[in-house]
Amino acid sequence: MSDTERRDDEQAQRSAERVRTGVRPEESSPTKLDDNARAELREIVARYPEPRSALLPMLHLVQSYEGHVTPAGIEMCAQILDITEAEVAAVATFYTMYKRRPVGEYHVGVCTNTLCAIMGGDRIFEDLSEHLGIGHDETTEDGKVSLERVECNAACDFAPVMVVNWEFVDNQTPESAVELVDRLRAGEQVTSTRGPRICTWRQAERVLAGFPDDLATEGPQAGPASLVGRTLAEERGWTAPEGGQRAIEGRGEAK
Amino acid sequence: MTEPTVDAPGGREPITLTPVLTQRWDQPDSFTRRAYEKAGGYKALRMALQRKPEDIIEAVKDSGLRGRGGAGFPTGMKWSFIPKDSPKPTYLVVNADESEPGTCKDIPLMMADPHVLLEGVIITSYAIGAKTAFIYVRGEVLHVFRRMQNAVAEAYEAGYLGTNILDSGVDIDVVVHAGAGAYICGEETALLDSLEGRRGQPRLKPPFPAVAGLYASPTVINNVETIASVPSIVERGADWFRTMGTEKSPGFGIFSLSGHVTNPGQYEAPLGITLRELLDMAGGVRAGHELKFWTPGGSSTPMLTADHLDVPLDFEGMAGVGSLLGTRALQIFDDTTCVVRATGRWVEFYKHESCGKCTPCREGFWWMVQIFDRLEKGDGTEADLDKLLDMSDNIAGRSFCALADGGVAPVVSSIQYFRDEYIAHFENQGCPFDPAASTLFAPESQQEAGVRA
Repeated sequence: MSDTERRDDEQAQRSAERVRTGVRPEESSPTKLDDNARAELREIVARYPEPRSALLPMLHLVQSYEGHVTPAGIEMCAQILDITEAEVAAVATFYTMYKRRPVGEYHVGVCTNTLCAIMGGDRIFEDLSEHLGIGHDETTEDGKVSLERVECNAACDFAPVMVVNWEFVDNQTPESAVELVDRLRAGEQVTSTRGPRICTWRQAERVLAGFPDDLATEGPQAGPASLVGRTLAEERGWTAPEGGQRAIEGRGEAK
Repeated sequence: MTEPTVDAPGGREPITLTPVLTQRWDQPDSFTRRAYEKAGGYKALRMALQRKPEDIIEAVKDSGLRGRGGAGFPTGMKWSFIPKDSPKPTYLVVNADESEPGTCKDIPLMMADPHVLLEGVIITSYAIGAKTAFIYVRGEVLHVFRRMQNAVAEAYEAGYLGTNILDSGVDIDVVVHAGAGAYICGEETALLDSLEGRRGQPRLKPPFPAVAGLYASPTVINNVETIASVPSIVERGADWFRTMGTEKSPGFGIFSLSGHVTNPGQYEAPLGITLRELLDMAGGVRAGHELKFWTPGGSSTPMLTADHLDVPLDFEGMAGVGSLLGTRALQIFDDTTCVVRATGRWVEFYKHESCGKCTPCREGFWWMVQIFDRLEKGDGTEADLDKLLDMSDNIAGRSFCALADGGVAPVVSSIQYFRDEYIAHFENQGCPFDPAASTLFAPESQQEAGVRA
């Protein structure tokens, strides 16, 4: 391929990408945003000193009703906040958690940032992608599972890490990951390795909009890796100094 | 008490772990108000409300507490920048948007002990005169968001929040706010724009948030761990805090070890501890392998090597070897890891997360990804390395925020320490490493795990 051809090819790929992720969301099924949704969106606005601060949680709520950010959702947010649809769309297209197409009932993220990728995340993603027959940002035909390469999810001590509907599934292997998605597709109840029973993606979006479910106290207080230092200190009798104790001489690094 | 088994550098006393923030994490119900109160929680709040706000700011100044989100700015000084005579309300915003690659301390803290953060939020709000505080939690950690929200609801029930808290005449409200996926929102001014319902793009400073922050009002923004350290300082005193750490980097911090280490996890210790000491506690580098490179505080802090095992992990020690303490996110990579692959993936991350506002960052990382792709495939040349360094010069310091500086950190440092390995890629016409060997489920690691079991 000549340089010119390569450039043309890249340009074509880039414009295809723009169409795919473009500002204007795809047309979708009739809106589920009813009067109840409108009332809840207004409830979010009431939490903030200035209305526009509500936009991020409002878009989470739109997703919980609609399954993604729809034109109707953008319109309703714009109306309530008295800003333009373009202003809402500009926000909706900035953040990766807002989806312009429907995602699966279970949205599966595989961390492929450097540390997780090296510890096995790349292989896990490849195997899942092949097993499910879908790539990054795609959903299985039955609408059950969608797949995404996610950036660092702040669980590096549990690498390789996956998330299902933003709940942690720690210390994965290619085999455990495939088993996990099979169970999700079969409709089995799956529990986070460091959290509660995993709810649907739409329910998760509702919680992020600030409408709590009753799962806060489910699951452990901490995962095993979170406790290794705490446990070691206990075993070795290491504690922080007592309150009010004078500075220990020579403790500071001599420079 | 068991003494550590490795020598401390410079003849100083060995440093041991000092659980303060992680102290309660082993209690199964540690996230409930009842458990927190049983362990002495909310006592510091009662003490604080007996004192004048300016006394609390003084105590935090005296403690020498420096921001735990990476930059290390003195916390008490930041608070004292809030103007006393502003006609606008003052806000406290907690940056709980933990997303720096390698950083994983605030998430377990909020999961296990959300009330210590909340008590810190209430005390800080009182100290700076804020009636409303926001906790901006990244959206991709659903259960952490639940735990934080639940803690706030429990605190309202107990009268720690709302109007006239604990009969003090003080009113404080807290809103827990979910982000929606954007690394850049960890940058404080981008976070403010995001919290105002906009795209998360950094603002030019000055004005600093203390003068014109949220809604152009005086605003203090602090990291989770910073605010969570406040109750212990109020309760036990600035002198106590200074019994840990070094003169310029006092106190304790959570050190997060991840990657090719036998026992990855959270280790809370005084600042100034070394990686050699921490690795010893964590059972060393993965069996049968050597330390190759590591980050002291996330991917935005220049990588270091085995030559730096004895450098104190404090702000001064890390600056002295050309790196940064950052968030104490110690990502450990052993000799199976390809540094070109690792760096290339980080560059992809910065490309993906660049907000697009500044041209050098938006365009620079995009082109760097193209170069890394061909380097990793063995199609690069030495001129590419010079080009990467030249581009780094033109990205760092030429953009609004630190994302640009952070993104070039792994590029410049990896070429500094591993230029030969880059060259080996094009001499070898491809990557000389087997990616399978560095995974946790490599046959070799599984055999070792079997032996251990």
